[in-house]
Amino acid sequence: MALAFTALTSLLLIAIFIFKEGVPFIARVGFKDFLLSSDWRPQAGHFGIYPMIIASLLVTFGAMLVGAPLGIACAVFLNEFVSKPATRIIKPTIELLAGIPSVVYGFIGVVVVAPLIRSQFGGPGLSMLCASLILGVMVLPTIISISTDVLASVPNAYREGALALGATRWQSVHMVILKAGRSGIVAAVILGMGRAIGETMAVIMVAGNTVQLPHSALDSVCTLTAKIAMEMGSATGPHRQALFAIGVVLFLMIMMFNALAMSAIKQRFAGK
Amino acid sequence: MTDAVKIANRNFSVFYGATRALRGITLDVPAHRILGIIGPAGSGKTALLRAMNRLNDLNPDCRVEGQILLDGVDIYQPDFDAVRLRKRVGMVFALPVPLPLSLFDNIVYGPRLSGIRARTRLNALVEGSLQAAFLWDEVKDRLHTSAMRLSGGQQQRLCLARVLAMEPEVILLDEPCSGLDPISTARIEEALIALKSKYTIVLVTNNTKQAARVADTTAFLFQGELVEVGPTGQIFTMPKDQRTNDYVSGRFG
Repeated sequence: MALAFTALTSLLLIAIFIFKEGVPFIARVGFKDFLLSSDWRPQAGHFGIYPMIIASLLVTFGAMLVGAPLGIACAVFLNEFVSKPATRIIKPTIELLAGIPSVVYGFIGVVVVAPLIRSQFGGPGLSMLCASLILGVMVLPTIISISTDVLASVPNAYREGALALGATRWQSVHMVILKAGRSGIVAAVILGMGRAIGETMAVIMVAGNTVQLPHSALDSVCTLTAKIAMEMGSATGPHRQALFAIGVVLFLMIMMFNALAMSAIKQRFAGK
Repeated sequence: MTDAVKIANRNFSVFYGATRALRGITLDVPAHRILGIIGPAGSGKTALLRAMNRLNDLNPDCRVEGQILLDGVDIYQPDFDAVRLRKRVGMVFALPVPLPLSLFDNIVYGPRLSGIRARTRLNALVEGSLQAAFLWDEVKDRLHTSAMRLSGGQQQRLCLARVLAMEPEVILLDEPCSGLDPISTARIEEALIALKSKYTIVLVTNNTKQAARVADTTAFLFQGELVEVGPTGQIFTMPKDQRTNDYVSGRFG
């Protein structure tokens, strides 16, 4: 009981702390000047985080373009086409991916992916594309493990029902199993998005960290999380408060993703 | 009507791992008749039924011996296409499992897989098969709502209609009325009797009275063995085997 409350209390304290520092700042600078201005010059008193919000969203979206199809395909493969003993080896291996420190992912991004992008497509290499690719791999464990649980809970009767109607294995997956598990898979992807938007270390290393509105996937960008992590150590006064305010924005975004995932899951159980 | 044999089981056995679920069954399924298969729980009725459209293929622990001939062709020979087999031999399960789609999409699922796309043809199939399953009048105004909202009896008739829409040659039914009330059961039985002129029907049932009501021929399975098969009247009034007599008169099972 006490332990459960420790977790809850620390979440609450974190929220209160961030909001106490951040919200008055947003109120002072003005909602519009903070969220919708592109002018980020803390020394001159300009705190527009619009490019960073866009960068975070685009990088997350890009990560989903990479991670969602791969993750869902992998979950389908594991559940429908692979024998049980093989699954017992493959699934823990995938979950091990989640245990690799994000700095290692960032390292791979810097020494392998970024040079590849630079030589193949041009641009600085450290870019939105690079960050999306790395994050896309990082969210795989989240998406795969939730999706496989969802698919495993689709009643076998649906599979047999589809097969008995003359469907091939593949047709039964795409017309029945994925439909039956749709809301659960949506939840898996949204939770993956929450993971991607909150990721910091790997993104700092590979995104290039230029505060600008990107014109192409090859442009260097700076996300909300990267900005906080890089400047927190040296920031003072209003600059420091501005970083807390960014934290508030991130906090709300992630809360929103989780709420969306929850409602998708709830819908799934209500639909049965 | 002729007494042509549609499906012939020849010394057919099924194993689940080390357990032998069926022991050398030799049983003919006459064309355009209803064959009732009765027997206590665990007697292998369902294993036999699932063997006839190779749904056991899904279970990696399952192994078969012997032959099942459909129109004289062994369905277990290696190059026999199980997917095509299941289009010719449809199955209705004990628990109605509508796919999580609309009524309409449930019924056209099979036909669409066979490549039928024309809207008018699909509409005709839906109406025809729902009427044959005695469900049309109850649902004709809500074909595009979710099939999950139907009552249990309606869902089971939908599953029957879904099989009919594939225009199979044989319909296998695995205790189709086990979860249904007497009125829904009567509806299904009515539909089956009307359907046997067009299809060959195999009905596995726990309810011996149901076999007595609808089956032309009845087979009694016990502990994986075929004890006796004969015209339904004979099985229920003067069975040759003592065990059949005990079962149909309700002394065990």
